[in-house]
Amino acid sequence: MVSDFRVGIRASVPVLVSALPFGLLFGALAADNGLTTAEAVLFSALVFAGASQMVGIELFGSHALPWLIVASVFAVNFRHVLYSAVLTPTFRQWSAWQRAVGFHLLTDPQFALAAKHGEAGKPVGFAWYLGMGAAIFVTWVSEAWIGAEFGKLIENPRALGIDFLLPIYFTGLVMSFRQRARWLPTVLVSGAAAVAAYLTVGSPWHVSAGAAAGIALAVLLPPPASTPLLQAEAAH
Amino acid sequence: MNTTVLTILAAAAATYATRAGGYLVLARMRRIPPRLQAALEAVPAAVLTAIVAPALVDGGWPELGALGVAALLSLRTGMTTMFIGGAVTLILLRTIAGAL
Repeated sequence: MVSDFRVGIRASVPVLVSALPFGLLFGALAADNGLTTAEAVLFSALVFAGASQMVGIELFGSHALPWLIVASVFAVNFRHVLYSAVLTPTFRQWSAWQRAVGFHLLTDPQFALAAKHGEAGKPVGFAWYLGMGAAIFVTWVSEAWIGAEFGKLIENPRALGIDFLLPIYFTGLVMSFRQRARWLPTVLVSGAAAVAAYLTVGSPWHVSAGAAAGIALAVLLPPPASTPLLQAEAAH
Repeated sequence: MNTTVLTILAAAAATYATRAGGYLVLARMRRIPPRLQAALEAVPAAVLTAIVAPALVDGGWPELGALGVAALLSLRTGMTTMFIGGAVTLILLRTIAGAL
């Protein structure tokens, strides 16, 4: 048990290194957009999903309505439904409280490594999963705290380009989905609809308008051949 | 409790629901309808594109240049290299724009 926990921690190291700048950036941007250090830490600990936290901070900064912030975080995090479905053989082996903890720790890298670790549909042990997830969780939440404390000290965010780091980050995320079916038409249509809404009705309606247009297009285009869910996600 | 904390709590509950939901609901469906799957696959790219769109409208040439470099870098490199490359380009182009 203990050694599985250690192996899990060790497996998390590349994730910890690559997430580090984004954990710190989240804290710094949270402070820059008016959140207190406690709120930034709370956000990281309870939502624990990087991209959606950045979206939340961006919308907090533009004084979006609370329901829009919650809806956008939910939309960005919706992919976890697939992860959780794919890991069903694993979760089924665990007790109820282990599942309750396991769900909260289910991030993108956690899913990717757990899916790889349990190749051929073999369930993943809770000790290994917890070792990896706890290591990612503790460092991620600490980074929000450190980032927020340092973020307060930055006097001229524009000189360091900090005001524009989120669009760069989001562009990278959009590009990371480019292997998916219908990616280009989805991006073009949601981008055009969002720009149109931004110029006419104004912020924050560009978020819902753009997202709705892109998703509607994906639904309306000829559907792909039906694939069993587990195969479809394993291919990613 | 203030609005910010309440918003964070609601966002956390919504996120937890996505993490538990696949196990609780989707796994009980043997196949998901192709159009539902298409919608689910489109969600992240559609939402993130919509969020970044105002930057295309409001950004000057240094900002647009940085986004272009970031997009090109992401074809070849990982997230971290893309991000640092985009940020460095932004600072450089803004410095040049300031000097013109």
